[in-house]
Amino acid sequence: MTATLTGATEAPAPVAERRRGRRTPAWLAVAPLLVVVAVAFGIPAAAMLNGAFTVKDQATGATSYTMANLTGSLQGAYLTALLGSVELSAVSAAVATVLGLLLAQAVVTSRFRALREAVLTASGVLANFGGVPLAFAFVATLGNSGVLTQHLGLKDMGWDLYSFSGLALVYLYFLIPLMVLTITPALEGLRTQWREAAQNNGATHAQYWRHVALPVLAPSLLGGFVLLFGSAFAAYATAAAMVGSSVPLITLQIADALSGNVLVGQENVALALSLDMVLIAGLVMAVYLPLQRRSARWLA
Amino acid sequence: MARLTPGRWAVLGLAALYFLVPLGASVIFSVDVNGSITFDAYSQIVGTGGFVSSLVLALELAAATITLVLLLMVPAMVALRLGAPRLRPVVEVVCALPLVVPPIAFVAGISTVLKWGPDHFSRTPFFQTFVAIQNPDFPIVLVLAYVVMALPFVHRALDAGLRAIDVPTLVEAARSCGASRTQALLQAVLPNLRGALLNASFLTLALVLGEYTVAHLLGFQPFAVWIVDISGSQAQMSVAVSVLSLLVTWALLLVLAALGGRRAPSRTVSRGMTTP
Repeated sequence: MTATLTGATEAPAPVAERRRGRRTPAWLAVAPLLVVVAVAFGIPAAAMLNGAFTVKDQATGATSYTMANLTGSLQGAYLTALLGSVELSAVSAAVATVLGLLLAQAVVTSRFRALREAVLTASGVLANFGGVPLAFAFVATLGNSGVLTQHLGLKDMGWDLYSFSGLALVYLYFLIPLMVLTITPALEGLRTQWREAAQNNGATHAQYWRHVALPVLAPSLLGGFVLLFGSAFAAYATAAAMVGSSVPLITLQIADALSGNVLVGQENVALALSLDMVLIAGLVMAVYLPLQRRSARWLA
Repeated sequence: MARLTPGRWAVLGLAALYFLVPLGASVIFSVDVNGSITFDAYSQIVGTGGFVSSLVLALELAAATITLVLLLMVPAMVALRLGAPRLRPVVEVVCALPLVVPPIAFVAGISTVLKWGPDHFSRTPFFQTFVAIQNPDFPIVLVLAYVVMALPFVHRALDAGLRAIDVPTLVEAARSCGASRTQALLQAVLPNLRGALLNASFLTLALVLGEYTVAHLLGFQPFAVWIVDISGSQAQMSVAVSVLSLLVTWALLLVLAALGGRRAPSRTVSRGMTTP
């Protein structure tokens, strides 16, 4: 790998240096990246944008620009799915934010260094792990014939993994570790002096948290929540492997529409739904980035 | 803080329970057949149709993706450290773009583009390109998609590695010792990036091996898609394979974390020395 890498690192630089001095190599080294992204990302993105606004007339084969796809994507079953996705992501992200904060606080204030390292490493691993294996691990545990379901008789108590709350429970498995990773630096940034100063002024433990710690943590917490929301919102593999389509989610609807399960004249509705998702994900990033910058100020 | 201790242990205990029980239960589920223990689900994995081919395909895709993404990103990132400050935000934005487009929306765009082949280009030589990149034995279109999806991770990993070393000073030092520009980059900069390169490669590997959305919706069958496909007929084996793939992925990521942890102190020291 190193051998192939170095070939590419080297090739552009000396040639350019001879010809035009020192400024050109950067362009030459960056150009391949930009070209590949333009082809592999730009063309599909442009196709999605274009398709979201066009319909094809079945009889004539002519295409025309219209808002019909977008309005269609915000109606009926599609609207239900969009709202279902937003609700599921918001609920699981909120729960994960609270639980992640508690877990991170328990770990950060612990005297055992090894425990801290272990939890942070495990969080790094678990946060990167969603998808198919996670779905099957939970199906084997809490699914209809899962180990816990059978041994504890959960089915008689009305438990159903293939539901809204079941999915939320599964999502927490990668959302909580993500929150721990996000919030730990902020918790470490809380200076002991602030707590001591508050105590010297007669503040109780609760007052310290309410008036000092939480306001300082607020941008990090909100930023973490938004990041978690985006992560849960985009998740498809876990839901698809687990529930099929029994829970209305926008990702499942897009997959369904891509596989051809749409009404005549709505072939491009999957693209309109995708555009809806991109807009929401863009909104998430637009909220997240300023918050991240704001919280970084306190940690400097 | 002493009075908080019981609460802290309760939090840690509950967390351990939540994160460990699904794993333990999966193992029990995969070996328990009507009350007796059997390891059939594990021993039969290799012989099951599609296992070897899907795993090989996933590994090939991972190798190609890692090679391509590093070939594109390493020269670009190193060059940006050496100059061209105006290009830096461009690359940053380009590498963050995939975060705004969820995989499912990305694949919707890709499948639209792939439909252009038969629709618009079927009588041109260009059509062959569409056929070639969708070859089910080695779908290049997946490699391109995965490269795009890996960009944010690779960017973050390489950026962290490059932050820890002072590239211009390193190159100048090597040059003043008589190294050519090539040698300086090859023998001074790259070895210092080994940790970051490993990091980027592992994250990309984990991404490609676990990727389901794009491969499934474009109709290919690498490893993750195969697991779902067999789950209908062989539930136990799909869980067994999930457990194994989890353990392998975690082992890889733990190795990575251990490497990163050991390197961290020496990095800060070298940084303190190189930047006045």
